[in-house]
Amino acid sequence: MANIGMLNAANAVTMPLGRTLPEGPRGKKPRKRLSRGNIIVYGTLFVVALYYALPLYVMIVTSLKGMPEIRMGNIFAPPLEITFEPWVKAWKEACTGINCDGLSRGFSNSVRILIPSVILSVAIASVNGYALSMWKFRGSEVFFTILMIGAFIPYQVMLYPIVILLREAGLYGSLTGLVLVHVAFGMPINTLLFRNYFASIPEELFKAARVDGAGFWAIFFKIILPMSLPICVVAFIIQVTGIWNDFLFGVTYISSPDRYPMTVQLNNIVNSVQGVKEYNVNMAATLLTGLVPLVIYFASGKLFVRGIAAGAVKG
Amino acid sequence: MTIQNPSVSIKHLDLAFGAVKVLQNLNLEIADGEFLVLLGSSGCGKSTLLNVIAGLLEPTDGQIWIKGENVTWAEPSERGIGMVFQSYALYPQMTVEGNLTFGLKNAKVPKDEIARRVARAAEILQIEPLLKRKPGALSGGQRQRVAIGRALVRDVEVFLFDEPLSNLDAKLRADLRVELKRLHNNLKNTMIYVTHDQVEAMTLADRIAIMKGGKIMQLGTPAEIYGKPQNLYVADFIGSPSMTFFKGTLKGDVIAIPGHDLPLGNYDFKERPADGTPAIIGIRPEHVMTGDNLRSAPCTTEVTVDLVEPMGSDTLVYCEFGGETFRIRMDGQAQVTPGDRLTIGIDPAAASLFDTESEVRL
Repeated sequence: MANIGMLNAANAVTMPLGRTLPEGPRGKKPRKRLSRGNIIVYGTLFVVALYYALPLYVMIVTSLKGMPEIRMGNIFAPPLEITFEPWVKAWKEACTGINCDGLSRGFSNSVRILIPSVILSVAIASVNGYALSMWKFRGSEVFFTILMIGAFIPYQVMLYPIVILLREAGLYGSLTGLVLVHVAFGMPINTLLFRNYFASIPEELFKAARVDGAGFWAIFFKIILPMSLPICVVAFIIQVTGIWNDFLFGVTYISSPDRYPMTVQLNNIVNSVQGVKEYNVNMAATLLTGLVPLVIYFASGKLFVRGIAAGAVKG
Repeated sequence: MTIQNPSVSIKHLDLAFGAVKVLQNLNLEIADGEFLVLLGSSGCGKSTLLNVIAGLLEPTDGQIWIKGENVTWAEPSERGIGMVFQSYALYPQMTVEGNLTFGLKNAKVPKDEIARRVARAAEILQIEPLLKRKPGALSGGQRQRVAIGRALVRDVEVFLFDEPLSNLDAKLRADLRVELKRLHNNLKNTMIYVTHDQVEAMTLADRIAIMKGGKIMQLGTPAEIYGKPQNLYVADFIGSPSMTFFKGTLKGDVIAIPGHDLPLGNYDFKERPADGTPAIIGIRPEHVMTGDNLRSAPCTTEVTVDLVEPMGSDTLVYCEFGGETFRIRMDGQAQVTPGDRLTIGIDPAAASLFDTESEVRL
């Protein structure tokens, strides 16, 4: 009996349920972890990631060192003695021209610019996109094209005319003026974003709502907007990072150092020429300035990716 | 045919997108409680016509009357219509109940009235257990029921259906078709139903309007459309597989087609054309007689079987005859193989004759 059993085992693989299969490959194909392709792919990824992360590493490390340690010149070496002094100094005491109260002033200015600009631009762009995709009117395509052309005109061309416009409106140099500029310049790309997202919503949904007696705003608020979270997040992130990182408009349309946004103030700290260059303070200031977009990306990364792939999102 | 107090009437309707005329001088009267099907291939203007009736598209010219009122310029919600769409078009962020009540809330219907109507619709469509769910958690058939429910709660005179069953699989489509028919029998509302599926059209309709190029080619009961198609297009469109057409010439009591003279016997001519008129005769596959039925056939002939398609319930046989590929429908039990000789019988009374020039029924 034992012999027969062994013979069977030699000819076929016995399976628990009693099924037998002829010998040879079966089931899932085994894959080598350390194949040449994998080594190349992961190796390249590692090198690229390192290359990309290195400057950030240097910044963080340097910002945690004291000046004597920095003078030793090993920029890649981790700090021997961790100090948060440069961070405190950058936030509270660093000098920008005449003021010596650090970046905190710029931060509050930037927040006061950011919040109304983002809310206004996302609100207006979503209504724009909705009207242009669902309530097509005579000339809506032309209107949209004009708006798109706006996106391709270099900012530099418009800098001075806007200075004049703001001056005539009595808004030059004020935060309100800068908010209006941000809202205007964010309009084309965000309108495009919303329009394309709304265009992927089936037209029949819109028709059904009209048969149900909903008007322009009812359809927008009760049906379209609840479906639009991903694209709202995308627009929100684009606007937050864009406006927060803006330097050109901040330096052009704000006349007084008291009202400079954080980026402009950072530039003034880093480029101030009196005394010793405090690399650690500069790096800490830069990191502080970059913190807001960084937090936004970390907090909403997943939603962002989902929104970017929004064409595939169906209610 | 004029209808007393039509429920919906369409008067000299034109619709053009730029230079493209989608609907041309279209007239249609739909009786109260009638089930009318607009049938045609894609691009024939049937969905466009439905959208114009619903008020979702503006006509270039002409009028729409619903229940004796001119609603040409009225908003969709003011027309007393409910509409069901192919893609269901349920509001994805609302529950089934939210979907059903959305229109009523917009119309500021009192709360207890809303509850009453939702309960009634849910009962008729058997969707009570689904009321708290979102559309994403429903199957296709359930979604379409909810979509019908949304039209139902509006308590309207006229229901508009835009290919409501086209997104469902074959079995569910057949089930819902029967349910729709039952629903119409119970509610007795006027229903206008757009489809490209002739089975749906034949089974559901009181009358069918077959459209092509923005015009109605024939308007009639399913039996009229099937039995006496008024032109070549309708004859070719209805029936699956479609009629086989033979070109020939009228000669006394026969039509001469290549190689054969088919006697016309008791064909019901509208007006007897002169001898020598070129004509087209169309014969439905199911009207070709074989086997025992041959005895009642006015004329018989023999053909060679070319190809056989067994379909279970019946068998389709293809053969060469009169210069065309002749399609014959036989019994499902028929034992035929390619190469067999087959005796067939033709009854001209069941055939259709068309003028070669105008393609109109003779």
